[in-house]
Amino acid sequence: MSAWWAQLSLFLGVLFNGAIMTAIVTAGSFIVSMVLGVVSAACATSRSPLLRAISSVYVEVFRAVPILTQLFIIYFGLGSIGIKLNPIPAALAGFGLNGGANLTEVFRGGIGAIDRGQTEAALSIGMTPLMALRYIVLPQAFRIVLPSLTNFAIGLLKDTSLASAVAAPELSFNANALVDRTFRSPEIYILLALFYLAMSLPLSALARNLERRSSRGHRA
Amino acid sequence: MAATGAPSLIPPPDSSPASPAPLVRIRGLHKRFGPLEVLRGIDLDVQGGEKVSIIGPSGSGKTTLLRCINYIGRPSEGHVTVSGSLIGEKLAGDHFVALDDRSLARQRAGIGMVFQRFNLFPHLTVLRNIELGPVKVLKIAPAEARERSFGLLQKVGLADKAAAYPEMLSGGQQQRVAIARALAMQPKLMLFDEATSALDPELVGEVLAVIAQLAAEGMTMVLVTHEMQFAEDISDRVIFMDHGKIVEQGPPDQIFHTPVHERTRAFLRAVLDRRAKPL
Repeated sequence: MSAWWAQLSLFLGVLFNGAIMTAIVTAGSFIVSMVLGVVSAACATSRSPLLRAISSVYVEVFRAVPILTQLFIIYFGLGSIGIKLNPIPAALAGFGLNGGANLTEVFRGGIGAIDRGQTEAALSIGMTPLMALRYIVLPQAFRIVLPSLTNFAIGLLKDTSLASAVAAPELSFNANALVDRTFRSPEIYILLALFYLAMSLPLSALARNLERRSSRGHRA
Repeated sequence: MAATGAPSLIPPPDSSPASPAPLVRIRGLHKRFGPLEVLRGIDLDVQGGEKVSIIGPSGSGKTTLLRCINYIGRPSEGHVTVSGSLIGEKLAGDHFVALDDRSLARQRAGIGMVFQRFNLFPHLTVLRNIELGPVKVLKIAPAEARERSFGLLQKVGLADKAAAYPEMLSGGQQQRVAIARALAMQPKLMLFDEATSALDPELVGEVLAVIAQLAAEGMTMVLVTHEMQFAEDISDRVIFMDHGKIVEQGPPDQIFHTPVHERTRAFLRAVLDRRAKPL
């Protein structure tokens, strides 16, 4: 019995360390994706043909290539030309760039859904187009895209398991390492699933709370 | 004064050598949307303190003209100056180039605009709607901007709605907030684009009362309106537009009671007859 407990506590300890790394990679990648997505969507909806073209190329390239391939290129490909990234920064770059391309389309849809009159009203009180985007359009667009952002964040949490392919010591990587050492795959993978579930559920709850708060001033 | 459409009816600009420099000067304004020419050569001056109402059938170009004054609509040809500043463009050598976003925004800050659909910011409270411009654009201290905004809310009779969100207000109340929002920038000119067209009939009066009060205080105004009686009551000058041109303009009494142009007469007959018909 004590050996069983010792093994369980070992599993939980290793998986917990991996979960912390997964949370860091997910949060970091989400932030990078959000920044890139907003900037790229702003370019996509700008008057400048050059900015629109840059955004379009970025989205097409990073959306079309599988995330695992992008991780390999960033981790192994860049390494072969002397740009050696550690697994975690490589994962942040890979998931961030890929996520930014996906979120570009999400934010573009959100921005497009805001009545043109909102921008005109903002311009009429002396705001520049960038200020109108920042203070008037994006806050309203954010409310519209919140459900999509939630889905994206939960998907990202699960996708970070791919970072194990570039040796990032996240949850799945640690689970595989435990299986290699103990051959207790059923127990370890069930624990792994429970860890992912325990991390996803609070995300959903947080998103629901945010949606409720951001719906102030809007009809349900 | 305009010089298009019916030259014999409309004196040329600056016909009086003693007239002061106009606050708004529009010259040779054309606006095209693809093959459709909505404005076909508008010349117009508006003096400081003057109240000018623009009337005319739908599609005559009234709103487009108004939107070109603050460059929300970009003229295809021609120029607008407000207080002597060319709006949206500048002279570079012998040709005109577009102003950068920041300079254009500075110009727009001095020209208030009230929209038919109010266009209040739904995610902000009423007070925040009003103080956002002064704080972010004019860089006024938040406390001072709040005081100014609250004062304007009192002026439009909505001080008790400061913490409400726009969706909690009636259409008339929303439009009064929109007027306060424009006034918070302390504009030298106010543009009203069919400010009462989207309102239930019983709410029109409260908005017109606020506009009339502003007019009485001496604000320079250009109004696009379907409220003929209101236009007659508050305007110094009424302009009748049709097919992208100014057909006729003059004092309200003349336009509404002794219009010279047949097209003006037909329009007013149609509008006034419709109103006279019993339900």
